[in-house]
Amino acid sequence: MDAIQTHLLSYMIFSPLAGATGILLVLALRRLIGFPQEQVDRAARMLALVFSAIPLALGLWLWARFDGGAIGPQFVEHAVWIRSFGIEYFIGADGLSVAMIILSSLISFIATIASMPWFIHDDEHGHGPVHFSKRMVPGYLSLLLLLEAAMVGVFASLDFFLFYVFWELMLLPMYFLIGIWGGPRKEYAAIKFFLYTLAGSVLMLLALIGLYYASTPMPNVPLRLVDGTPLQHTFNMLSLAQLGAHHLWEHQAPLLGLSFARVVWIGLFIGFAIKIPMFPFHTWLPDAHVEAPTPISVILAGVLLKMGGYGILRVNFGILPEATRYFADALAIFGTINIVYGAFVCLAQKDLKKLIAYSSVSHMGFVLLGMAALTPQALSGAMLQMWTHGIVSAMLFLIVGVIYDRAHHREIEGFGGLAARLPEYTALMGLAFFASMGLPGLCGFISEFMVFQGAFPVYRTLTIVSATSVILTASYYLWTIQRMFLGKLNEKYKELPDVNWRERLTLYPLGALAIFFGFYPQAILGTFNRALEAMSHTLMGRF
Amino acid sequence: MNPLANAQNLASLAYFGPETVLTVGVLSLFVLDLVWKRHPKRVVPLTAAMAVVLLASAVALAISPLQPVALFNRMIVSDGLGTFFKWIFLATAAYTAGIVAHSDEIPSERLGEFYALLLAILLGMDLMAVSSDLLMVYLSLELVSMVSYALAGFRKHDSRSTEAALKYVIYGGVASGIMLFGISYLYGLFGTTDLMLLAPKVRAFSGGLFLQTTLGQSPAAQLAMVVAVVFVLAGVGFKMAVAPWHMWCPDVYEGAPTPFTAFLSVGPKAAGFAVAVRFFGVAFTELRGDAFVNTTTVPWPAILGILAAVTMTLGNLTALGQTNLKRLLAYSSIAHAGYLLMGLAAASVLGFQAVLAYLAIYLFMNLGAFLVVTAIAQRTGGETIAEYRGLIKRAPFTAIAFTIFLFSLTGLPPLAGFTGKYLLFAALLERGGGWYVALAVVGAINSAISLYYYARVVKAMVLDKPVTEAKVAMPGTYGFLMLGSVAALFLFGLYWTPLYTVTQAATRSMLRQ
Repeated sequence: MDAIQTHLLSYMIFSPLAGATGILLVLALRRLIGFPQEQVDRAARMLALVFSAIPLALGLWLWARFDGGAIGPQFVEHAVWIRSFGIEYFIGADGLSVAMIILSSLISFIATIASMPWFIHDDEHGHGPVHFSKRMVPGYLSLLLLLEAAMVGVFASLDFFLFYVFWELMLLPMYFLIGIWGGPRKEYAAIKFFLYTLAGSVLMLLALIGLYYASTPMPNVPLRLVDGTPLQHTFNMLSLAQLGAHHLWEHQAPLLGLSFARVVWIGLFIGFAIKIPMFPFHTWLPDAHVEAPTPISVILAGVLLKMGGYGILRVNFGILPEATRYFADALAIFGTINIVYGAFVCLAQKDLKKLIAYSSVSHMGFVLLGMAALTPQALSGAMLQMWTHGIVSAMLFLIVGVIYDRAHHREIEGFGGLAARLPEYTALMGLAFFASMGLPGLCGFISEFMVFQGAFPVYRTLTIVSATSVILTASYYLWTIQRMFLGKLNEKYKELPDVNWRERLTLYPLGALAIFFGFYPQAILGTFNRALEAMSHTLMGRF
Repeated sequence: MNPLANAQNLASLAYFGPETVLTVGVLSLFVLDLVWKRHPKRVVPLTAAMAVVLLASAVALAISPLQPVALFNRMIVSDGLGTFFKWIFLATAAYTAGIVAHSDEIPSERLGEFYALLLAILLGMDLMAVSSDLLMVYLSLELVSMVSYALAGFRKHDSRSTEAALKYVIYGGVASGIMLFGISYLYGLFGTTDLMLLAPKVRAFSGGLFLQTTLGQSPAAQLAMVVAVVFVLAGVGFKMAVAPWHMWCPDVYEGAPTPFTAFLSVGPKAAGFAVAVRFFGVAFTELRGDAFVNTTTVPWPAILGILAAVTMTLGNLTALGQTNLKRLLAYSSIAHAGYLLMGLAAASVLGFQAVLAYLAIYLFMNLGAFLVVTAIAQRTGGETIAEYRGLIKRAPFTAIAFTIFLFSLTGLPPLAGFTGKYLLFAALLERGGGWYVALAVVGAINSAISLYYYARVVKAMVLDKPVTEAKVAMPGTYGFLMLGSVAALFLFGLYWTPLYTVTQAATRSMLRQ
């Protein structure tokens, strides 16, 4: 037990990798022994399920054992990696990351279940393209597992260099998962995603090297490797945060006419803003979402977007507090634009998946607005919004997947009266929609409320403007329900089957969580409240 | 031994092992080629002989004495920097020999000739890496160039190959002529071509003493100095394929036999950087702490920085539109020369070290990429991206290896290309200041641009549907080389402390006086 406890995060990162390796070994064995393809596919699916269930189990353990009252990282593993640059294998879970680590293991497992083949697809009648869950299965699943390892790695890293390596590692599997198993315009969507993210992350690389060379030991912040060797510079994010709290960056020579910290802040922020995605860097998102297969959309919305928000909190807010104060207003304005603009664009969408994608833009705007306010409550609200959006948007994309798998299109206008034919599906969709629009009693309400309440004293006008989006959100969701589920049943779809067991396995847990956190958000708030309070104090300059 | 107490000719031979082995090797391969001219199975013994020569040269290199010393009346030196480059050249030549052995672009009756000429270039490059006298630099550079012209036009009946050779000769002739002119200026100004003797004179010149006593009119002398440096750079830049001396590169790469293109894209480029590191590192700088401080009024770090920005932008933007893979990789290699120049422009131990490390990594990824191009051209008969459609179905291992090479060239972790880029950017940002940051930003944006054309090839291989389902078979050697390169890229991507230590030692061991 102790061994698991001390290496818990490493197991979470490396068990999906082990699963991916296992799948490749099965493939190699097939070459040698000559298994039939179906057996290889089945073995790959079993391996994927098992090796994504392990991180989830470990994630739940982490949740149970995590002490929300303590400051500083827990479950730490610390070893020297590249001595010449003071780079370490330094992972741990603290208040900022623990919720995201749990979320990634949960969403990855749900996505793995959603990648299993299920009922008779059209391709088995001999027409239509082969369903993604039956094409090059071992490749798909090993990439999915690699993606999971990278995601958990990003959230668990406390060394900036390690963080960056995991951050980039995530790009390749995502590119191939969208590019090979995606919809009609998959190549375009995949390369657009790849280019946008890479453009952001190369700037992040420069900013992180800049921070490294600017860092220097201070009397009350000694820099050391884990084995005690003193360092001149560091990539340790906790040390960098301490240096930032002690105003080290203020003494740096200005760069390109701006203060050092602000230049670095922008360099880091662009990379994260692209991921969130913040207006005007959001245009990759609808394309990627629309073309990606359902489980990949689920991961994209459920976890990848959170990396942007998490990165801003961990790096921009954590390490560069003064620059954060300087840019907070701009952040709030962009957040408001995201919220309102995203909601308006949703109103104009005809494609259900695109609508959900733009609703993500709108909802991630709350994260930006909440963070910009810098108050403890608003920060907690932003974090909770990431958590609830992770659950709800995953559910929404699964719901889109259900109807797409049956009807092979997503045109909202193409349906009608489905409520009579698919009662269970209608109920689940209603639950997800209401959770997303923030109906009291469901999780979206708490987080949005906390953001509004925390941001209102700081940004009165912007909060009021943002609050109008609640009406817009309600109108696009209700209008969609009306067009799809009410009215006269489209004759084409009178034979449509309702949700099956594979879909129930993915939708019910998420639905239950949406309700659970609507009533008892403290279960997750407790893990990060304390850390965000401390961060808020640093940010507002009260020590 | 005091390095300034120069080793005389006979004593020097003790340090001259690898070069001696190669000289003997070149001659014996020509003889063996004649002996086995009519033998039906000559490929095997010739390749074996080549392997023996390379192995002997490796052994000679491994056992050669370590302490830095000037040889042959200060014509060349023996130091860690030279040794590091010699290992890179040796690996490049061995890799190329491995490709050639199974390539049908080089007919087997001319294989012996090819091997012998390859060894001659290797000898020339080894000398370039250790020349400490500008005349010796010029001679060894010409040795490399002359043999390269012959090898570029190796396929005599192919008009593209002939055209490539002719273009190469003309550009090369002009470039080395200009370089010689620059050297004559330096000799005129300082009365010596010895880099290590040049250093104190250059320093005195910039201090103004020299100006007053000898030249009087400072502006003209300053200008002569700038001209001399830029002209010398022309010869070296031609070898590195740096803008504006890159024009020959795509045509020669496309026309030359592919295995030789592979060699050309790594070996002579690295040799050019070896000369540049020594030229600027010895004659124009003073090592203060971790910085090579410019001791002249010539702003050579700025010149190199501007060239770097221009070269990589031009290489990357032009590569975007290429459909022939050899041309695409040619422009990509121009872009990489631009990245490498950033390390020189940083003018610090870390910067020079980054150049060394990047070249070691570049060797595996670029030769790997050219290996795949050779193999595919041989099996499918084409070099355009269209030939690569659906390769993942037809040759899964090759396609995955090529994907890894291309993404490593892009600089994505955890592959070694990222390590190289990281070190280059770190070198620039360590120096800090607006100019260096701006250069780093240009470099970073460039690597994002480069993703687009590398990913186009990957897209064709992995995402597109194959034209035919026919499997593409690979010779075992190619599989082995690919696997080795992939392993090296992962190793240097995940754990590069040894690479860092070795390159640091090599840079610091450069014999400077």
